Amino acid sequence: MAHPVASPLVILGGTVIDPVTCREFRADLAIEGGVIRAIGRVPDGFADARRIDATGLMVCPGLVDLSARLREPGYEYKATLESELAAAVAGGVTSLACPPDTDPPLDEPGLVEMLKYRAQTLALSRVYPVGALTQGLGGERITEMAELTEAGCVAFSQADHPVTDTRVLMRTMQYAASFDFPVWLRPQDPFLARGGVAHSGEVATRLGLAGIPVCAETIAIDTLVTLARLTGARLHLCRLSSAHAVEQVRAARASGLAITCDVAIHHVHLCDIDIGYFDAHSHLVPPLRSVRDRDALRAALADGTIDAACSDHTPVDEDAKQMPFAESEAGATGLELLLPLTLKWAAEQSLDRASALARITCDPARILGVSAGRIEAGAAADLCLFDPMEDWVVGPTTLVSQGKNTPFSGLPMSGRVRHTVVAGQPVFSRAWST
Amino acid sequence: MKKVPVLRGKSVFNLFFENSTRTRTTFEIAAKRLSADVINLNINASSASKGESLLDTISNLSAMDADMFVVRHAQSGAPFLIASHVREGISVINAGDGRHQHPTQALLDMYTIRHYKESFTGLTVVIVGDVLHSRVARSQIHALSILGVPEIRVVGPKTLVPDSFSRMGVRVFNRMEAALEGVDVVSMLRLQNERMDGGLLPSAQEYYKSYGLTAERLALAKPDAIVLHPGPMNRGVEIESSVADGSQSVILPQVTFGIAVRMAVMSILGVG
Repeated sequence: MAHPVASPLVILGGTVIDPVTCREFRADLAIEGGVIRAIGRVPDGFADARRIDATGLMVCPGLVDLSARLREPGYEYKATLESELAAAVAGGVTSLACPPDTDPPLDEPGLVEMLKYRAQTLALSRVYPVGALTQGLGGERITEMAELTEAGCVAFSQADHPVTDTRVLMRTMQYAASFDFPVWLRPQDPFLARGGVAHSGEVATRLGLAGIPVCAETIAIDTLVTLARLTGARLHLCRLSSAHAVEQVRAARASGLAITCDVAIHHVHLCDIDIGYFDAHSHLVPPLRSVRDRDALRAALADGTIDAACSDHTPVDEDAKQMPFAESEAGATGLELLLPLTLKWAAEQSLDRASALARITCDPARILGVSAGRIEAGAAADLCLFDPMEDWVVGPTTLVSQGKNTPFSGLPMSGRVRHTVVAGQPVFSRAWST
Repeated sequence: MKKVPVLRGKSVFNLFFENSTRTRTTFEIAAKRLSADVINLNINASSASKGESLLDTISNLSAMDADMFVVRHAQSGAPFLIASHVREGISVINAGDGRHQHPTQALLDMYTIRHYKESFTGLTVVIVGDVLHSRVARSQIHALSILGVPEIRVVGPKTLVPDSFSRMGVRVFNRMEAALEGVDVVSMLRLQNERMDGGLLPSAQEYYKSYGLTAERLALAKPDAIVLHPGPMNRGVEIESSVADGSQSVILPQVTFGIAVRMAVMSILGVG
């Protein structure tokens, strides 16, 4: 079942940003049958079409998010598909991959089909489930990857669960490589990270928090890169956190290995100092690392070493954050912050908007293996219309997501989504606030 | 006169989410000498095990008209979380949180050092043992730095004294002899039993062989050096009995001063 066929739509007076060609230009868009028919001048025959006045707005491809937890099935008290897909379109995200760490995990085709069906019924963002790499995410037995792919999985992952046995890891990668299924893994040695809740550094030392050393990430990357080379698996490294990890990706690529990687957008802005005095909102996975690590991630995202930024959206209920830091649940809400935080990073790096937006549109779409993230005649009309000048403050009343937990709470953002269009259908419009 | 009426009519709740005999007892004595009503709660055994959240426990106790919470918790930052949620007028005293801080212990240690030494600004102090897991060490480093001690050393094997501590303004040593050379104050830390199971240290015997404070080693310090220990001591693991009971030991005066210092902390908070 696809998105319902929308009536014709024209978007007038906006500035189109095309991240593929890195261009910005004034153009009207004509949309029919869910796809873009014309860019520039609206052709004849659209006189009766619905209109969106995009004067003063930027028109970019809908955002593509490589990691957004929707919390269904199993964690409906934290968030629901309804609440989080509403948050996605409010954030301009039109395609998203959801990790398999639901309850039960996405390790059976039936669960994946149900999730896809529920998402399609809501007709908001397009949802691409990432299947579990091992049964129950237990790190022991390979899942039915072919069946899961048929059910709609676009890749296989362990989310934040480890595969402690390296032989199992190798076999899952061998098996996935047989069918060219992508394997998305967050590099972390489970033993070195055991019990840790913050980056092993000055802040954790001073606050007396158990640390996760950088080598927990780098040793895992060494292992994964070696196994990718050996098995031929299509490896994507999730949520890089350190400067050294960036160097490892560069070295692996220089030696001819085609790997991709992403970073969570909050890691592009924050570091361990933002934990302040035990602020559980900065309790994230992987941990926020040093300022030097953060700066390396910012630069690597700009030069393309890091292919994509994602929201790593993880709604957590307030009770789970009102705990001593180490006992609090990790994660932050992010779908609605992906765009403004990317714009903020671009401005701070003096990067042009179109190149910056590529990291949250066409680049992640390529990793996802879908044709989203582009504005061209014949492409699906998934669009995000935003006002680049609008300032707003992050907080419980301004966020649509059921998760209000974020280290950016109370901070001002620049740039806000006004309209979101999926398959030619306007799915979100924000009323002008007074 | 032992008892003063500073906290008469006030309720002090000793909230110990983690076991402690010495600290709880000295807080209790201090509160009673200030004429407060003292309620001891060992929360390990009650609410926490029934699944009640920390803040719910605190809300309930606040509703019982508490004036002061003395909090010991296994998690770093827990007393701060409590302090930021109790209603106005309730004081929260950190009696030790995880690996983070043990402020009243450091205050009594400073009081003890001040009692035996003329000033802080010429001292060399060494902290010996499991610095990584020690809230006492962190509070001492904090206090000694503020008071202007020019050289603070920490010593132990790298598994217990990581190099990252140098970023806290201390000199990191791994050899006991070098660390003791010429110091004015030796502050010993208690070695928890769970550190000696082979994960961080091979055995108590080997620890004593390398880092135990013997009379022979103490001779490397200044002749008038004093020896502190927050207790309870492991004789023959971190310290030799002849040193613990010797003329340079100020371990028992620490206990006595501890009551005075905790009385002072409670009076300042209770009156303010």
